Amino acid sequence: MATEPAVAVHELKKTYGKVEAVKGVSFEVAPGEVFGFLGPNGAGKTTTINMLCTLVNPTGGSARVAGHDVVAERDEVRGNIGLVFQDPTLDGYLTAEQNLRFHAELYGVPKSVVGDRIRQVMEMVALWDRKDAKVMTFSGGMKRRLEIARGLLHSPRVLFLDEPTVGLDPQTRAAIWGYINKLRRREDITIFMTTHYMDEAEYCDRIAIIDHGEIVVIDSPEALKASVGMDRVQIHTGDDEAAIAALRERFGLEAAVREGAVTFAVAGGEQFVPRLFAELGLPIKSVSVSRPSLDDVFMSYTGTTIRDAEAGGGNEWMKAMARR
Amino acid sequence: MTGEAISVRVPRRSAGHDLRAVKIVLHREMLRFVNDRTRMVSMLIQPVLWLFVMGTGLGTLVRGAIPGVDFRTFMYPGMISMTVIMTAMFSAGSIVWDREFGFLREMLVAPVSRGAIVVGKCLGGAVVAVGQGVVILAMAGLVGVPYSPGLMLTLLLEMFLAAFTITAFGVTLAARMKNMQTFFGLMQMAIMPMMFLSGAMFPLGNLPSWLHVLTTVNPLTYAVDPMRQAVFSHLSVPAEVNAMLNPGVQWFGWQVPVALELGLVAAIGAVLLGLAIAQFRRAD
Repeated sequence: MATEPAVAVHELKKTYGKVEAVKGVSFEVAPGEVFGFLGPNGAGKTTTINMLCTLVNPTGGSARVAGHDVVAERDEVRGNIGLVFQDPTLDGYLTAEQNLRFHAELYGVPKSVVGDRIRQVMEMVALWDRKDAKVMTFSGGMKRRLEIARGLLHSPRVLFLDEPTVGLDPQTRAAIWGYINKLRRREDITIFMTTHYMDEAEYCDRIAIIDHGEIVVIDSPEALKASVGMDRVQIHTGDDEAAIAALRERFGLEAAVREGAVTFAVAGGEQFVPRLFAELGLPIKSVSVSRPSLDDVFMSYTGTTIRDAEAGGGNEWMKAMARR
Repeated sequence: MTGEAISVRVPRRSAGHDLRAVKIVLHREMLRFVNDRTRMVSMLIQPVLWLFVMGTGLGTLVRGAIPGVDFRTFMYPGMISMTVIMTAMFSAGSIVWDREFGFLREMLVAPVSRGAIVVGKCLGGAVVAVGQGVVILAMAGLVGVPYSPGLMLTLLLEMFLAAFTITAFGVTLAARMKNMQTFFGLMQMAIMPMMFLSGAMFPLGNLPSWLHVLTTVNPLTYAVDPMRQAVFSHLSVPAEVNAMLNPGVQWFGWQVPVALELGLVAAIGAVLLGLAIAQFRRAD
């Protein structure tokens, strides 16, 4: 059992009518690993997670979660996973503790430990002092924390987090990641998450980049960044148009305005800066060189940024299908 | 902060586990109802209006025709069923609410059978409706119905049966529905004619034959009639008035016994429950 992967997926497929939402993906997640699915909305992340959680039946292929087949042993899978969805699934009219108690009963948590366990998971997300408050009075971040606590209540072996911090402010996001990291150390658990935030993907041990229903690459964030081999350079100039034209003419570099600065990728960025000042022929106000981010990784593997991929349209329908 | 993580072993699914699921779904329905005072009051206003305003008004009109009986006494069993039915439908409608707000998902991904969730929901609707009905029962004295323990018990059981069947009906309707407006629109459309044709508001004897046929195919008729028969069996009413106000239900001139009426309601309830469970199983 110890060597068996927490999640093992083989050629998993899902089609809705003629649309192939997931086109045969294969991967394994080791026990204790934090594994991330990174991709734009509509790439097939939620559909994949729904298949692994037994909410959607695959069209083809197979998947085992916590040692059980997601189709043939649905209830065994369900008893061994915790779920935190993108959209809240709490009852706002009940108190925080009542929500957890409902979950404990539904999952058959032994009566003798229900009370202690509820207290423990609520303390972990710092909500114990609010246990008697109605959930509808909670902020978005508190609700998400409560959902994470609830997902852990029955000691699942695999915790699925579907966009765990979407729609939350940066401070709350950081706090939630604090809890997730604490949880990794405390509980013997595998975490499978989806995200379309690059900075979030950095917390993962390994990332699968998914685009158009296919896995493009799987590796650790460091290895992925190293594989790009280019640094990102951003410059502020008085005339961005002219700077972009000059970069193309003098250095053969394709640049674009991103985050308000002329941005381009180049190998050995630090060595390039002196040449840039000497040869660009335009005044430069400031320059910054950074190691490739996962944004750049995503760009280099899919040829587009996550944001552009999402703006591509046609995704709303896919999302609607995936949510069913 | 507590030290070591308390480890929990979730047992394999069993009948005991499903029973726990039924109980907690039922428990939640009751918590929700008790917490929602507005709903409790609003559910009571309608039948009280019917009983004391409409009943009193119409009563002055028909007083001469029904000597010895207050028209409100006649309406009383009808208003009990009306309260129970409205409350039960609202409970069923909460499934749509649960879907809209995501909570249904929390229930559907749990390692319990869909049957347990649906049964819990229907029992919850029935218990809450009976609770509401008890308030109307408490008013019995105001309309000249005696507080006889036998009568009260009979009415409680009949209420429960009617409420369970109606909740099952509502859950079957709600199983596929995505928003509250559609559900309540449809509910009004289904419930209003059923109420009108059930004998809750006027006696079913001496109706034109087209209307008589409609009342006999209306399942609600068989939920209202036993309650009326129970109430009238505890009153001393002249025979001809009893015949007019409490004619029972007839199939081609044959008087349908109360036991059969109740059996019919129970059977419809069982079929609807099965249908509701099937709907949720299919939703995978």
